[in-house]
Amino acid sequence: MTDAAISVRGLRKRYRGSRRPAVDGVDLDVARGEVVALLGPNGAGKTTTVEILEGHRDRDDGEVAVLGTDPADGGRTWRARIGVVTQSATDLLELTPAEAVRHFARYYPDPRDPDEVLELVGLADAPRAVVKLSGGQRRRLDVALGIVGRPELLFLDEPTTGFDPQARRDFWRLVRALAAEGTTILLTTHYLEEAEVLADRLTVITDGVVVAEGSPATLAGRQSRPALVGWLEDGRPRTEATATPSALVAALGQHFGGEVPGLSVRRPSLEDVYLELLSAAAPEPALATAGGAR
Amino acid sequence: MTALAPPRLPTILPLGLARGALELRRFFRSRETVVFTFALPTVLLVLLGSVFGDHAEAQGVTSSQVLAAGMIAAGIMSTTFVSLGTDIAGDRDDGTLKRLRGTPMPAAAYFIGKVVLVAVTTVAQIVVMLTVAVAMFDLSLPDTAGDWLTFAWVFALGVVGCSLLGIAISSLARTARSASAVTQLPYLALQFISGVFVNPITALPTGLVVTASFFPVKWMAQGFRSVFLPDSMAAYEPAGTWELDRVALVLGAWCVIGLVLCLTTFRWRRGQDG
Repeated sequence: MTDAAISVRGLRKRYRGSRRPAVDGVDLDVARGEVVALLGPNGAGKTTTVEILEGHRDRDDGEVAVLGTDPADGGRTWRARIGVVTQSATDLLELTPAEAVRHFARYYPDPRDPDEVLELVGLADAPRAVVKLSGGQRRRLDVALGIVGRPELLFLDEPTTGFDPQARRDFWRLVRALAAEGTTILLTTHYLEEAEVLADRLTVITDGVVVAEGSPATLAGRQSRPALVGWLEDGRPRTEATATPSALVAALGQHFGGEVPGLSVRRPSLEDVYLELLSAAAPEPALATAGGAR
Repeated sequence: MTALAPPRLPTILPLGLARGALELRRFFRSRETVVFTFALPTVLLVLLGSVFGDHAEAQGVTSSQVLAAGMIAAGIMSTTFVSLGTDIAGDRDDGTLKRLRGTPMPAAAYFIGKVVLVAVTTVAQIVVMLTVAVAMFDLSLPDTAGDWLTFAWVFALGVVGCSLLGIAISSLARTARSASAVTQLPYLALQFISGVFVNPITALPTGLVVTASFFPVKWMAQGFRSVFLPDSMAAYEPAGTWELDRVALVLGAWCVIGLVLCLTTFRWRRGQDG
């Protein structure tokens, strides 16, 4: 029990006035020191799950232990051991990042040095009021406030939404530094590249149910999927999935008598696997008939 | 703070005071909030006081002096009920409360912070209004210890009761934007029926006076009139006396009702968050 940061069995939650449960029997395990990403489309139940784990929401059913404590009974001592970065806060506008971080450090029994935290998130040189920060700086402040208490477990809910590519890469470096220090991280994201870079393990949720779990390299048998060979024939792109790409390329070489126009060979990306999982797990009624052959 | 292990959670009172300092810093940095919070009751006092002018009510007391005593009650309601109602709805809307809920900050520290904010802004408000009333309308400050004592407890009960009601009404507003509308209606309506703008209160229809008597503003205004006006003016009150015992009773009752409403209705989350 003590080496599990998060242990969830049969988690269920239905919102009032909603016919479908938002979370419908989710099991989830996160070991200490692990970085786990929760993936899934909007409305899949990711944020609901995370908010229940953070103690922000009640659940209808299921067993939940976060750092060995049921979040529904989590007191101050428990909250001091977790860090929470939620979506879209617009508070603290009149303060500077340094003032905000110093203030939040006071809430914790053993906080990090606020100046070090500001340095770590790259806001040491941002003396301006929070209202003037860019979206990326604002999000890094959210992370600063989430980690200033030296959490054993950090929740990051869609932390890089709206980032430009450079800001996203800086942010990934920050998350990896935290993970390297031993912080357990549960991350939700829409960006598969982000999940692939950061997470040790992925859990895909759709319609409140876990549909797949695994490492980024092996999710849903990704490593043993057929390769996709693409080329141009009569000026039109062709693609073929094959377990023996070398043989196919050799055959194509003979067919074209030399160079194959527009040749590409690739393994299915995480995104390919993910989108396949979603369409298999929850076919839209209209698409179910059209794509029934698959 | 100390090198002793294991580290203990910070105690509540210093955290509450730290929150109070943060709240004050935020408040005084948003200049529009400062200007308009303090200006509204003061400008009304100046305008209405000038309109009523030196018209003598009785015993050398002018209408503007009667108005000033009542407007102080309205000023308290403005910095407590209206400000807190909109401020907390804002905290719910912009993620402040959600963020705090994810930290080991105890709820009590949040409320202590709001108490500090309200105490400082209300005292500042009353100082501004009294200065204007003394300078423009020759209102005389109380000269007996008894009157100051009355001032102190009417002020204290009024601030506590109206603050608690402000916290409670913040849960009624679904968003920060609707909060100012939600708080302004009772604020303005109560001023009109509580003998703040219309004096003496007995000039109002009985039904309105009876309605006003269920709410704190009428009693705060009456308590402050007893402090700032000569005792002979008590003849213009509905009962013909200042009824200070009843002032204490009603304001005290609202403190209890306000506390119960806060404890039963306070939400950390926004209404639409399910």
